[in-house]
Amino acid sequence: MNSIIGLVFISVGLAFDVFGCLGLVRLPDVYNRLQAATKCVTLGTCSILFGMFLMVGFVGAGIKALLCILFLILTSPVAAHAIARGAHRAGVKLWDGSVVDKYKEDKEGEA
Amino acid sequence: MKTLKWFIGAVVLTVIIGLILFKPLPFLFYKELPYLGLVGRAIYIIILSCALCLYRIWKGPTGADRIVAIDMLGIMIVGLCAILTVSTGRSWYIDIGIAWALQSFISTLALSKYLEGRGFDE
Repeated sequence: MNSIIGLVFISVGLAFDVFGCLGLVRLPDVYNRLQAATKCVTLGTCSILFGMFLMVGFVGAGIKALLCILFLILTSPVAAHAIARGAHRAGVKLWDGSVVDKYKEDKEGEA
Repeated sequence: MKTLKWFIGAVVLTVIIGLILFKPLPFLFYKELPYLGLVGRAIYIIILSCALCLYRIWKGPTGADRIVAIDMLGIMIVGLCAILTVSTGRSWYIDIGIAWALQSFISTLALSKYLEGRGFDE
């Protein structure tokens, strides 16, 4: 029974991975690509690791998978935020159809 | 040119779907768990996702696109290590996954600081 539930988790994670990478190819802008790719791929990989934990049980590899989930959830938003901040400060243009740029307005208000 | 691109994409998709349906990877040693043929087929889907990321690294107009794609590639290889742990039954693959997640996070931070164009000390 545990292996069936683990297979369902692994399948959902694989679907999230493929759709995240499809967004990485198809979307028009750095920030849109970051928004699609980071959340989808992080959640998909955490789902794969949790399915693997369900399939192998409470042995050493399963505990290490739980540790890996905790580490990914803690560090992936930090990395995505650092990339977005660096890209905006390096002067990467937004897409033409973008509506609002709060970070630029904030910097202009401070200066 | 556009017809050629669509043709190449259709050929690659057909090959990968055919491999998933008819030829699962043969290294399935962990006999105690059932349904392991399905887990062996999952590796092809990870390879398809990595190919999409490599396309973005090759074609990305700015440096930020390439850094985003490298970050995604690092996170997906952790998932590949987890699938290899289940399908082969050798538990040291997940150690490689943990180490890969650590160094991928550090390298992404360093690359984004480089993109920002300032020193590493600030």
